[in-house]
Amino acid sequence: MLDKIKDFASEFFVTGDPLILGAQVSIGLSVVAIIFTLTFFKKWRWLWTEWLTTVDHKKIGIMYVIASLLMLFRGGVDALLMRVQLAAPQLDFLQAEHYNQIFTTHGVIMILFMAMPLMFGLFNLVVPLQIGARDVAFPFLNSLSFWMFFFGAMLFNVSFIIGGSPDAGWLAYPPLSELSGSPGLGQDFYIWGIQISGIGSLATGINFVVTILKMRAPGMKLMKMPMFVWSVLSSCITIMFAFPILTVTLFLLFIDRYLGAHFFTLDGAGNPMMYINLIWMWGHPEVYIIVLPAFGIFSEVVSTFSKKKLFGYKSMVFALMSISFLSFFTWAHHFFTMGSGANVNAFFALTTMLIAIPTGVKVFNWLFTMFRGRITFTTPMMWAVAFIPCFVIGGMTGVLLSVAPADFQFHNSYFLIAHFHQVIIGGVVFGFFAGLYYWWPKVFGFRLHEGLGKWAFWFWNIGFYVCFMPQYALGLMGMTRRVNTYDFDMGWQPLNVVSTVGGFLMGIAFLFQVWQIAHSIRFYKKEQNGDAWDGRTLEWSIPSPAPLYNFARLPQVTDQDDWWEEKQRIARGEPVKPLTPLEPIHMPKNSGIPFIMSLCWFTAGFGFVWDWLWMAIPGLIGVAICMLVRSFSYDTDYYISVQEIERTEAALRGSK
Amino acid sequence: MAHAVSRTANAHGGHGAGHGGGHHDEHHDQESLKTFGFWLFLITDVILFGTLFATYVVLRFSTDGGPTGAELIEINGIIVSTFILLTSSFTSGIAVLEMNKGNKRGLIGWLAITALLGASFVFLEVNEFMHLVHEGATIGTSAYWSAFFTLVGIHGLHVSLGLVWMISIMLQLGRRGITPVTKRKVSIISLYWHFLDVVWIFVFTIVYLMGVM
Repeated sequence: MLDKIKDFASEFFVTGDPLILGAQVSIGLSVVAIIFTLTFFKKWRWLWTEWLTTVDHKKIGIMYVIASLLMLFRGGVDALLMRVQLAAPQLDFLQAEHYNQIFTTHGVIMILFMAMPLMFGLFNLVVPLQIGARDVAFPFLNSLSFWMFFFGAMLFNVSFIIGGSPDAGWLAYPPLSELSGSPGLGQDFYIWGIQISGIGSLATGINFVVTILKMRAPGMKLMKMPMFVWSVLSSCITIMFAFPILTVTLFLLFIDRYLGAHFFTLDGAGNPMMYINLIWMWGHPEVYIIVLPAFGIFSEVVSTFSKKKLFGYKSMVFALMSISFLSFFTWAHHFFTMGSGANVNAFFALTTMLIAIPTGVKVFNWLFTMFRGRITFTTPMMWAVAFIPCFVIGGMTGVLLSVAPADFQFHNSYFLIAHFHQVIIGGVVFGFFAGLYYWWPKVFGFRLHEGLGKWAFWFWNIGFYVCFMPQYALGLMGMTRRVNTYDFDMGWQPLNVVSTVGGFLMGIAFLFQVWQIAHSIRFYKKEQNGDAWDGRTLEWSIPSPAPLYNFARLPQVTDQDDWWEEKQRIARGEPVKPLTPLEPIHMPKNSGIPFIMSLCWFTAGFGFVWDWLWMAIPGLIGVAICMLVRSFSYDTDYYISVQEIERTEAALRGSK
Repeated sequence: MAHAVSRTANAHGGHGAGHGGGHHDEHHDQESLKTFGFWLFLITDVILFGTLFATYVVLRFSTDGGPTGAELIEINGIIVSTFILLTSSFTSGIAVLEMNKGNKRGLIGWLAITALLGASFVFLEVNEFMHLVHEGATIGTSAYWSAFFTLVGIHGLHVSLGLVWMISIMLQLGRRGITPVTKRKVSIISLYWHFLDVVWIFVFTIVYLMGVM
């Protein structure tokens, strides 16, 4: 009996690596610590009623941000482990197998479990406030999206200590990712983790398209929307068209592995290249899905801190929309070397170069917005300013890569690695940081310490260039991606050491950010004014943090940058818009179903990974029951009375 | 949601109407929001099927020297099930007409007929699959059969889920009658049902007519 348990445990848990053993122990200890704290302070009920069952977009947004910062930590540690391994030739710090797992999880986590949730967090925190709405269109679905992401991410991450991590690269190309190449469980964790969270992302896409198209405050015409809302719309439309392809692709890979089908296998007339086409039909739009909202954030930040209306509003809208359209016609540039022929390569090279045009338009718009503006260099603005040169250089190396004949040299080299880190860190991460710093006072009602923020900023920026500039050179010197070791005579060591130093500078930058948040909470100073930065858009017209119902009265919008214009009118002593009488506010009730249903998905996924049908089938039945229970419940909303709104408003405005 | 209420209220020229009247408008508005959301969901489902069709088309000749679709598929059964599904689309349309007339019994009755037709479609499909497996074509036989079973099977799965959903709506109709909420639910399931019918027409054309005949 004891032996049986031992056998099972040695198969169930990942064993034999001191680094992973350390992680297992620390994860176990943290779980115990969390459970103890929650029990000791009697916080279980609070956790359930305030957070796990909430349908409030503001709380869901906060949970997304917390989860994504944790994932940033995990992905960052992965990156630093790789940098240590590459700092010297023929190092034995990470075994080849472990190295493969780490670059795989680093990629997946950073894109799908860090960038995506941070983006969804900002969508949730900002979009309803900017359009003058009281929640998203489907608050229940919104909560479901979050928990699907959360449990998908957990399922993926648990593979680190249970069963084994995936190790076939972040997009898991077959035939390596097939049963023949990856017989372990890691690849199954990959499929189910991403599948579950991907369904959540798809639902978020639909939710925000409906929210933006149907729930804007009266008077807010499409062309009067804040630019961030436009960028969210373009990103969500892209999600709607791209994510179903991911769902199908992962499903096909799953039935290849689970039922022995032959979509992408080498035998049975399967076609591995089809997977690579399909996954990039999702994967390329995906990078625009995450970068478009960053463009929207920069537009808001640059305009606010230059005290000017955004330059070229219409061209910005056009650029966003055309990028989201063109993003579907560039996928093959990820594999010019596949051999599709000169004509196909020429087509995809051209479409790729075309995207540089609307992107260039945007850069000029930001520059002209700053031109002759009264610029203040707050932390959000610094991120925006640092983004421009970084993204321009990254974009130009992208154009170099898009030249199909030249790409045969660059393909899968460190030149590529440097390129996509430059556009993703320089574009997406800088953008989301700018957004996080910009909207932080609105969300939490206190400011972050500016001085520590600037330290973090400089460490991030200097670290970034020190880390990735050498990698362009390394790529041209012939170093390919995913090598875990190299020989002394390659001459790659000096630049690799520089790169590793840069990586650690960014690690220090992250610590500064943690310190900044901790410091600002420690010396908590309530934000007295809802308008922290002398902002332009509707979210700054209400107290920070926003009350449950956001707007006591729905704003009547007349202008682009409506709140700014209103402030101008007040300053000029012109009559302000008359206050309409308060009305009862209709709100959705909290629900535990999204949490439970996502937990059932997790159970089903875990069961399929281990091929335990006794676990997978009850999981799926649980999902079905949750859906039916929801369908049969009609009592899903309530009203906030006028008296209660008056009380809340008086308390909020009184504390001014 | 709430802001929609006051927008409607504004359109009526004042807030004095009180929120008793607002309730109705609001339900109406919230239901139309959900219907719009469902249309967007259908767009994503189109992409899902589009990807499966593309996969099928790429792999249509990849039989690996094994049996082809033309050899094993019996087209007559497929034509029968096609007509059954088309008829069920028609009966679901009648159900919506009955609903608009306010006839609850008629509505539930026609939905039941639709569900029965849908169930017979699924039954025939399962039979067809069993026949194929018996003849030696399984999902693991070759890439062609993988693509065939997946595309046709996922359509069948959609129909089966639709059946469970339709039955749950019939139960809700029985309990609550025709309200703005149940009305929206019926419209959405009928939308879904027509959508599956359209997808089937493509399956029938591309997989069966072009692949077999």
